[in-house]
Amino acid sequence: MTKTITIDPVTRLEGHGKITIELDARGEVKTAHFHVTQVRGFEKFSEGRPFYEMPALMARICGICPVSHLLASAKACEAIMAVEIPETAAQLRRMLNLAQMVQSHALSFFYLSSPDLLLGMDSDPAARHIFTVAASYPELGRAGVGLRRFGQHIIELLGDKRIHPGWVVPGGVTEPLTVAKRDEILGMLLDARVAVQLALRSYKEITYRFEDEIAHFANFPSMFLGLVNGDESAEFTDGALRLIDANGKIIEDGIRAKRFTEVMGEAVEPYSYTKFVYYKPFGYPEGCFRVGPLARLNIVKTMGTHLADAELRQFKQLENGPVRSSFHYHYARLIEMLHGIEKIEEILNDPLILDKHVRATAGVNRLEGAGQAEAPRGTLMHHYKVDEDGKMTWANLMVATGLNNNAMNQGVLQAARFFVKEGRLSEGILNRMEAVVRTFDPCLSCSTHAWGKMPLLIELKDAEGKQIGEARR
Amino acid sequence: MSAATEIKTLIIDGKDVSARPEQTVLEVARENGIEIPTLCHLDGLTDVGACRLCLIEIKGQTKLQPACVTRVEEGMEVQSDSERLRKHRRTIIELLFAERNHICSVCVANGNCELQSLSQELGVTHVRLPYRNPELTVDASHERFTCDHNRCILCTRCVRVCAEIEGAHVWDVMGRGAGCRVITDLAQPWGESSCTRCGKCVQVCPTGALYEKGKVGIERPKHPEFLPYLNLMREAQ
Repeated sequence: MTKTITIDPVTRLEGHGKITIELDARGEVKTAHFHVTQVRGFEKFSEGRPFYEMPALMARICGICPVSHLLASAKACEAIMAVEIPETAAQLRRMLNLAQMVQSHALSFFYLSSPDLLLGMDSDPAARHIFTVAASYPELGRAGVGLRRFGQHIIELLGDKRIHPGWVVPGGVTEPLTVAKRDEILGMLLDARVAVQLALRSYKEITYRFEDEIAHFANFPSMFLGLVNGDESAEFTDGALRLIDANGKIIEDGIRAKRFTEVMGEAVEPYSYTKFVYYKPFGYPEGCFRVGPLARLNIVKTMGTHLADAELRQFKQLENGPVRSSFHYHYARLIEMLHGIEKIEEILNDPLILDKHVRATAGVNRLEGAGQAEAPRGTLMHHYKVDEDGKMTWANLMVATGLNNNAMNQGVLQAARFFVKEGRLSEGILNRMEAVVRTFDPCLSCSTHAWGKMPLLIELKDAEGKQIGEARR
Repeated sequence: MSAATEIKTLIIDGKDVSARPEQTVLEVARENGIEIPTLCHLDGLTDVGACRLCLIEIKGQTKLQPACVTRVEEGMEVQSDSERLRKHRRTIIELLFAERNHICSVCVANGNCELQSLSQELGVTHVRLPYRNPELTVDASHERFTCDHNRCILCTRCVRVCAEIEGAHVWDVMGRGAGCRVITDLAQPWGESSCTRCGKCVQVCPTGALYEKGKVGIERPKHPEFLPYLNLMREAQ
């Protein structure tokens, strides 16, 4: 008799998702799926709106990473305008994106995942949350809160608002940076760097406890995709995409947004509202790949900053070739935070950053445009078509969660096969199923996130769908 | 006739005030620091009493009167603020929000919108009426400006500024009731109309209905205060 185990909702994620695990007659895992159970509709209701309203409109997709949508959208608009933005504007945007990277990674690592890492996968679920972490590890708790504040405050200084700043517009940014704001950000950097270094030390001390998780949390060969600079260093805002295979061989390099729309396809599965993005030349699902911190570190040769490079060298020692275990997303996230803080300092120390020319203007010069950027959780692409008046006629968004969708599903199946044996279930096992997904830090609705408090319901169903048992957290 | 006889005295909100006979209650109230909310009124344009936000109570009359088109009278006793008036004003704002598609969070006028500011001042925390969600068009045919009917409140400031100040009379109003729209020329696309591209209509529009192309949010404060100066300079010539 087949049984289905449902984990609904999956907690400590940004958005609403569900996991189902199907068992065969012997109680062994047959299939497992990660479902995204909501639909948003932004691509549809942007139709008819003037294209230059898109950054502000599309940013509303997400309260965690509005900056990524702002950037990808503004770049798609700039492709329509056929303009190159001033260098200062590009650097200001780069800094904004890095600030967001730091705050979003802090949210993922400290608020959402550190309860599993520090308190243990099997610890009491009622106390497995950030408050217990803060009580048991006050320094780390402070570091997490501080890093999130650091990122948010830079966004607020640059764009006047912590969430949904209106500062990034097609053509650049609306306001140049002032000396006072630059100096304020420079003053915040040291504390932030110390906080990340503390987190890195603590993380390395505890990873030995997670051998099983490292071995079975979406640990499989796959391709990796991410932005990279011409000098092989890490990039989050501009640059071009690189796709490598499981052994590190470059499959395609220098992928600009226009090319991205040509080589990437989207598949639909009946169990999820999120599409599955794949590399067309290899077909679906063989052409699926991973994006996000792990992928970005796998594709670069250097981070481009001193301290992060030292960490990158250690990271590259984890495995021979690209790091395959998705558990190491956590480590990659911390390294990226360190890089972000260093890079912000580098950008601010260049006098060019105070230049007053921060915006290019133009009308509709092309009827189609695409823009790409790295969101904290992976590559993001906006693709627009407009009429001659500049009104949107069509939009397509490929978001990181869609790019990672296949990997998350494979990961859930892999972990289920290892941890769920003969139909045996425990709360800790279920938490591991969720933790697999958490390593990817997916953004499901991009606007809601829940942790700890939501009820977790596991239902055991027979082949006819009749409930034969349940467990509740 | 001596100058003294031309002065009218009246009471607004318990305060004794004096006025010239051609003045409206709104003008006199504002001269005396009494704020009455308005949307369609703009200093420098003729008044049409369209928005009804400036409704006032006059002693001896059961009907409410719009302050912007009510002339002062000797011995008039005016109440510009009461629970009844506040209730009506809030309802008017709610009706405006329900009538078309005003999505402040993604609007180009967010933070610089008179409708938004007024609703905040009047304490409109939610809209009790069902939204009509009409399907309305955006006219982006003009080289410099865009007209988004979703955000139009039919105050007709654009119509008046174009006819009275610019003298072009490109803007007008078409249709009745819920089908009412502002139009350029004989409902031709703005970009193909006889528009002089002066941009006054954009500057006086209280919401994000008329705006400069490519300009969004915080970078788009409007400056309707130029009108009285423009009038003054023209009269001086």
